[in-house]
Amino acid sequence: MTILLIVVVALVVYVIAAYNSLVSAKNQVDNSWRQIDVQLKRRHDLIPNLVEAVKGYMNFERDTLTQVVEARSKAVSAPDQATRMAAENQITAGMGKLLAVMENYPQLKSDQSVMQLQEELTTTENQIAFSRQAYNDAVLSLNTKIEKFPGNIIASNFGFKGAEYFKAAPEDSAVPKVDLGLTPRA
Amino acid sequence: MPAASDFRALERQNRRETVMLVSGFIIVFLLIGGAFDLFAGTIQIRNGHLYGAPVFMGLALIFAVVQSLVSYFAGAPLILSSVHGQPLTPDTPKHQMVLNVIQEMAVAARLPVPKAYCIPDSAPNAFATGRNPEHSIICVTQGLIDNMDREELQGVIGHEMSHIADYDIRTMMMVAVLVGGIAMLSDFMIRASFFSSMDGDSDRKDGGIAAILMILLAVVAPFLSQLIAMAVSREREYLADASSVEFTRNPRALLRALQRIAETESPLKEGVRGTAHLFIVNPLAANADDEGGFFANLLSTHPPLGKRIARLQAMLAAPAAAAPVSERA
Repeated sequence: MTILLIVVVALVVYVIAAYNSLVSAKNQVDNSWRQIDVQLKRRHDLIPNLVEAVKGYMNFERDTLTQVVEARSKAVSAPDQATRMAAENQITAGMGKLLAVMENYPQLKSDQSVMQLQEELTTTENQIAFSRQAYNDAVLSLNTKIEKFPGNIIASNFGFKGAEYFKAAPEDSAVPKVDLGLTPRA
Repeated sequence: MPAASDFRALERQNRRETVMLVSGFIIVFLLIGGAFDLFAGTIQIRNGHLYGAPVFMGLALIFAVVQSLVSYFAGAPLILSSVHGQPLTPDTPKHQMVLNVIQEMAVAARLPVPKAYCIPDSAPNAFATGRNPEHSIICVTQGLIDNMDREELQGVIGHEMSHIADYDIRTMMMVAVLVGGIAMLSDFMIRASFFSSMDGDSDRKDGGIAAILMILLAVVAPFLSQLIAMAVSREREYLADASSVEFTRNPRALLRALQRIAETESPLKEGVRGTAHLFIVNPLAANADDEGGFFANLLSTHPPLGKRIARLQAMLAAPAAAAPVSERA
């Protein structure tokens, strides 16, 4: 009788602990996702500034710039998460290219406000990358908890679902094309 | 995050160490107070019994507790003022970049953004302190800002962020401030015993023993405190290096930063003897540790820079082993 009681109590304690650890793992995932979201929104706000800043100078990477702007409007009006992420990944690819190429324009580098904007874009890109990393780590930890035995029994009983990884854009293995056709627009 | 549980394990370890440190500190003070009591005659041992009121022990207890509380709650500002740290403001593009990098690494480590401070010194160095991640600060030297590019800064800040994540900062802060306290007291005791021996009132036997004990404590205490500082900091540096790589996913960042620091070798000018163990590289002499030898090893607050660089190079060669989980446990 006593043994049975001990077993039952131990079981209840285990279920409570497992449930709580699942909840905190889930909250970590949600929280990390909000972090990414904040950074993505910040990037959306910076893109018009970028367009404004470089348009006075030259035909600065016209095509890439247009792609980024289009991807931005697609991301803003995306009907679902998957489309939005695809668009965001497009922006990431374009941004990476633009930031790399900006290094090659001495005219841009001599402009204080462009340099400031470049720093802000760089840190935003980095924070997106780092928060995606943190988010994926959180997802890994949640999914592991949900799949591992005996946690999986508790997870399925309380309806915990694994989260989706945020996949990076398929790596643009091609070296960014450097357009050095500097034609300052008078 | 595979490392999150490791950080929690390290946090628990740091909590234990902080508790041990503070209790050790209080016990040392009680002993010193007891020696004073015996010496001053406020307590006496007769036939194996204690008589009198341990006045100095009481005072020592109050002092030690107050000192511990002050260290805990005001340790960071005390340390900052002792190294002349000033708030880092985004007044130049480079400063803005440093602030941005700190924010980036906070995102990578999933921590609140620490406050940023700057030491106006040309030697490249950095440290983090505070009682917890919510009250943490990162302090860099002007030399670090001037000499490092963005990637290198990420490596250095990532290293500091890892000290914050596993509560190394709290242990290290307590060591810095409490050790300062011990040094102060032992100086005071050397003076006190010097003056009292001039009184010529040393005919009582237990008083003589107490005096010897006091002198011994006065000599040993600073050495002991230095030993503590060294014992608690070296392995942490390797761990923080590894975690920095985990945050940046880029062994090259910290590797290049440490190599650049190794090239410069310029010790910090300000008095940092009590806070040396806080910094990313030994501020007294960045390269001095490399000469090796058992004693150099025993008495140094940091692992040799050469060895840290070699470990990072190994990570670069084998990216799969960049963050060996087993090493962090």
